Amino acid sequence: MKKAISPAAAAELIPEGATLLIGGFMAVGSPIRMIDALVARKIGNLTVVANDTAMPGKGIGKLISAGLVRRVVASHIGLNPETQAKMISGEVEVELVPQGTLVERIRAGGVGLGGILTATGIGTLVAEGKQIVEVDGRPYILEKPIRGDFALVNAQQADYLGNLEYSLTAHNFNPIMALAADTVIAEPHHIVPIGVIPPDGVKTPGVVVDYLLERAA
Amino acid sequence: MAMIEEMPKAVMSPKEVIARRVAREIREGQLVNLGIGLPSMVANFLPPTVHVFFQAENGVIGLGARPPEGMEDPNLTDAGGGFVTAVPGAASIDSAMSFGLIRGGHLDMTVLGGLQVDERGYLANWMVPGKMVPGMGGAMDLVAGAKSVIVAMVHSAKGTAKIVPECTLPLTAVRRITLIVTELAVIEPTDEGLLLRERGPGVSIEEILAATGAKLIVPENVPEMELM
Repeated sequence: MKKAISPAAAAELIPEGATLLIGGFMAVGSPIRMIDALVARKIGNLTVVANDTAMPGKGIGKLISAGLVRRVVASHIGLNPETQAKMISGEVEVELVPQGTLVERIRAGGVGLGGILTATGIGTLVAEGKQIVEVDGRPYILEKPIRGDFALVNAQQADYLGNLEYSLTAHNFNPIMALAADTVIAEPHHIVPIGVIPPDGVKTPGVVVDYLLERAA
Repeated sequence: MAMIEEMPKAVMSPKEVIARRVAREIREGQLVNLGIGLPSMVANFLPPTVHVFFQAENGVIGLGARPPEGMEDPNLTDAGGGFVTAVPGAASIDSAMSFGLIRGGHLDMTVLGGLQVDERGYLANWMVPGKMVPGMGGAMDLVAGAKSVIVAMVHSAKGTAKIVPECTLPLTAVRRITLIVTELAVIEPTDEGLLLRERGPGVSIEEILAATGAKLIVPENVPEMELM
């Protein structure tokens, strides 16, 4: 059995300056209640690793608006003018990573790989300062793994063991991030008895999940 | 039947011309990724007899039309965040699988917007230093990995050429793209340079050359483009 805790109690686990892997794509499949609890607790200096920073007032955009984020590692910030403005003013440091590279760097961090070799970004700004490795005559960029102190993931359903099932385009980065952090906090839309999610439906085995957020009031 | 031949080209917007021409490149059974904005219009002009799977890189193969008002699923969107449906036979996938398909050569075609394309066929479409830094999102993976890359864009930006000798904006990839489709022309990057293949509806070769910053190879016969 996993412990179901309140969003506020989950936010208490997270210290100032933590590195957070946060699931979601333009706030679809983001752990919204968890983000609200972080905003309420006002823990700052965070590093956020996520596909994007959504829009102002939505999903991860709330953390940006609240000024709690010092560093962002993302593939896209184009729909959040606040992130762009804070990047230009120097308030937020932004590392832009191609989307496919970002997810594989996180996966590498989660599955014990020392990095990945990808042709994406060869000959572009992305390759600057990175080691190029030639394999069978083709150049690849060595991209290093990413891990987080915490992964905050959203799922459609969890069972009491923390097995997670996702829905449609709300999968995105969630199942990958659930592998790559010291502490994994899952925010499911529903919590169901053990056995309701069939083994074939489990995309994240409960063994990697540390906490579930309790059901919404 | 004659009515089909007489499409009202005069009232067509440049973007519609581009989308209708790109639609002719898509073949039965392909897996196709359409970028946000103009490229996404291409889906509107595919005849129902051509069955393809559209990929949205945020996690669906088999993207469908917009759902009826009030019936949207917040967990089913395209890469621009717009509500979509999934066609029968669709698959939902996570981001690692999605980009594995893109990089791994499983994606037949991507249609992307462009800021600049140059004589080498290189594309720049992800940032304007000091002005616009949205991030590359999935563009670098798509251009590096898709079997065929079509750049769908208006020919020039407020009088400034977008087809240039060499990109001055940061490149998206150093891969030669497959085809440039604008409202004025269809241009194919080749070993010899940029080959003018087709003219837009009612467009002269002189007009194309005047709007193009790069050197174009102009064959003797440059037919007018046929639109879907």
